[in-house]
Amino acid sequence: MIDVLYFAWVRERIGLPREQVETRATTVAELVEELRAREERYALAFADLKALRVAVDQDLTDFDAPLAGAREVAFFPPMTGG
Amino acid sequence: MRIVVQEPPFDLGAEAAAFATGRRDMGAIVTFSGVVRDDPAKPLRQMVIEHYPGMTERALHKIAAEAQARWSLGDVLVIHRFGAMHPGEMIMMVATAAKHRKDAFEAAEYLMDYLKSRAPFWKKELAADGESWVAARDEDEDALSRW
Repeated sequence: MIDVLYFAWVRERIGLPREQVETRATTVAELVEELRAREERYALAFADLKALRVAVDQDLTDFDAPLAGAREVAFFPPMTGG
Repeated sequence: MRIVVQEPPFDLGAEAAAFATGRRDMGAIVTFSGVVRDDPAKPLRQMVIEHYPGMTERALHKIAAEAQARWSLGDVLVIHRFGAMHPGEMIMMVATAAKHRKDAFEAAEYLMDYLKSRAPFWKKELAADGESWVAARDEDEDALSRW
């Protein structure tokens, strides 16, 4: 079981801020494939990975990152702080 | 180092004064503040900033610690708001204290460059004609390469 969080337009497209996901994915990319296959809204949100960023356990990483031992994965668009 | 992530407004003058007080060995204090900007061509009603509680504080600490490692700084302050704000309101501020101005200015610029694209905040603009997420600019990402 892993906590999956969504922010900004990713959250709006999927319609949820967070959910618990039962997954066998070993990498972020595999988790994305599982989510995409679920429903149209997920497929839409994950249509272009270049437009997305990912954090595993609150550290920015890339889509090849392993999920072993991860508790929390977050998907969001490029950040606009400052 | 002081990192604050909060919803309510902050008092720039009071924060800058408190930051500068009692630092007899620091010859330079630089402050920068970011303000919600209106566009006369497309009046902005409100800006709403979303963030990632937990990761935000963690990312800001990491960025500030990196600045302290790179420049000789007496102290660093970062305040960043989230939630709804109106044009003219302060979004955030950074302050740096150093013996000399070069370190203070450069560290403040570094903090701003990294804060823009490595701290998990997302801005949404609510205008008369609808709402839209502010897109990250390529220049902001490119700005990181100079460090």
